[in-house]
Amino acid sequence: MLAITDQPLLELKEISLAFGGLQALDGVSFTVAPGTVQAVIGPNGAGKTTLFNLITGFLSPQSGRVVFQGEEIQGQPPHQVARLGIARTFQLVQLFDYMTVLENVMVGRHRLSRAGLLAGALRLPWTSQEEVSIRERALEELQFVGLADRAHQPAAALPLGLKRLLEIARALAAEPTLLLLDEPASGLDAVETERLQEMILALRERGLTILLVEHDMGLTMEVADQIAVLNYGQLIATGPPREVQKNPEVIAAYLGTDWQT
Amino acid sequence: MNPRKFLNPWVLFGAAALLTAGVLDNDYYLTLINFIGIHALLVVGLNLLMGYGGQISLGHAAFFGLGSYTSGILTATYGVNPWLALLAGLVVCGVTAFLIGVPALKLRGYYLAMATLGFGIIVYIFFTEAHKLTGGPSGLAGIPSLSIGGFKLDTPKRLYLLIWPVLGVILALSANLVDSRTGRALRALHEGETAAQSLGVNTAKLKLLIFIWSALYASLAGSLYAHTLNFIAPSSFGFMFSIKLVTMVVLGGMASIWGSLLGAAVLTVLPEILTMFHDYEVIIFGAILMVVMIFLPRGLVRGLKDLWEFRRYKKEGGIIG
Ligand SMILES: Nc1ncnc2c1ncn2[C@@H]1O[C@H](COP(=O)(O)OP(=O)(O)O)[C@@H](O)[C@H]1O
Ligand SMILES: [Mg+2]
Repeated sequence: MLAITDQPLLELKEISLAFGGLQALDGVSFTVAPGTVQAVIGPNGAGKTTLFNLITGFLSPQSGRVVFQGEEIQGQPPHQVARLGIARTFQLVQLFDYMTVLENVMVGRHRLSRAGLLAGALRLPWTSQEEVSIRERALEELQFVGLADRAHQPAAALPLGLKRLLEIARALAAEPTLLLLDEPASGLDAVETERLQEMILALRERGLTILLVEHDMGLTMEVADQIAVLNYGQLIATGPPREVQKNPEVIAAYLGTDWQT
Repeated sequence: MNPRKFLNPWVLFGAAALLTAGVLDNDYYLTLINFIGIHALLVVGLNLLMGYGGQISLGHAAFFGLGSYTSGILTATYGVNPWLALLAGLVVCGVTAFLIGVPALKLRGYYLAMATLGFGIIVYIFFTEAHKLTGGPSGLAGIPSLSIGGFKLDTPKRLYLLIWPVLGVILALSANLVDSRTGRALRALHEGETAAQSLGVNTAKLKLLIFIWSALYASLAGSLYAHTLNFIAPSSFGFMFSIKLVTMVVLGGMASIWGSLLGAAVLTVLPEILTMFHDYEVIIFGAILMVVMIFLPRGLVRGLKDLWEFRRYKKEGGIIG
């Protein structure tokens, strides 16, 4: 057991990616230990979302490696990466608007269920059983984020704060080993942010590993075990929140922004 | 028993179909109803692809034609058993859809629309030019009727008793599919391909699968069509017919199984009632497409339901939020 926990869940090794002349990520390396919350912070345009897209297979690095559970995954298509147990949310919420809240979360069960086109069309008995368990698990996740009473509304009808929670529920339905949250608190009010904080801590308690991009420093400092700071595509600091907060390079990068919010 | 249980569309469908079989004995109407059934098969398939999956095909008539001609040629020219020929049509269409779909579906946006448009034109030219095989523009005659255990399906009534039960089964399969794991993935792919992929949906494979699936419906419809008319000609399978099918989908309602049936029914019957249809077909179908898109973007079935609910709401003094 100990040997396993010593190994990082995710390793980024010298990741670089340029969009034309713009170096979005420049030799970024860090590791994420299992069961921890790793925050990635940095000013707008620092490359945080790009990093998420690289880890989840939506982009391939021009050089460097992404190692998940000891296996190199860079260059694999997104659905393949998802099937390994990496789930994510999006900075710009991406729900299935005209499907119900429940159905959105049910899609999250995709990787853990198996009814194909023909089996579904014929409604073979085992697929009905599978549907029941998909529905039950999806409802559990909705309960976890507090959206169970909205299960049958179309996702588009939710206010932004609840949409973010729904996106998290949908990702959780995939029972990921690693969960990537891209600015989950943006658009949330103080109460909702508080609730999000509790959820993140509860998930860590469950043993989930979380990679968090967040501008809300109050939240980040509360939940993060480790923080990586990106600036113009470069990693300028890593460490526990208190150390990073004092790092002069980090303070310089954030000059003019309010740390204590 | 809850009386509302009997008011579900399946019960109504079954009752109407049985009533028709029992009461209606007019060959003209039965023939028309048979064509509605054949069109509905095509439209449900296209709706799965377009309405649910969000992939536009402008060459669906080509699959209808391939199914038709495979059945027609194998039976009329080579004397193959019609049921075997029908299966052969499915294979031909499935393989063709696979070959077209693999390159076309890899690309996003309107590439599938373009590719299927081109495909439809090529297939149409093939039907007209390959005289030896297809009989050319004057068509292919002498296609035998289907028969079940020596019972020949050569009257409109008998054909009705084949076509509509087949349609019932296909509608049920489609409704099941839409409401299954794969159906959800399909709708998810339509509404947010990125998000669907991030949850493990292999969207490229799913697009290909549903494209092939809808081509199979078209092939089945094509074979039934060939054995219903006993004669086929290229003009039934041209670009105009592909557009008609798209119009039926849009009119009935994108992503609506029952809408598909309604769209097929309305646009099969209208041209029969309005003889002027034949001269201005292109204009009328274009106009219907436009008007529906603007005023009933969710199609007839949902549009009317919305209207109904709106009126009830007003009657009850509710406030529309
Ligand atoms: N697909 C893309 N094409 C071109 N430039 C991009 C693309 N995605 C991101 N960028 C650029 O890369 C930089 C990093 O963006 P991003 O990763 O979104 O930053 P962050 O999430 O840290 O705010 C920005 O300058 C952005 O404009
Ligand atoms: Mg970002």
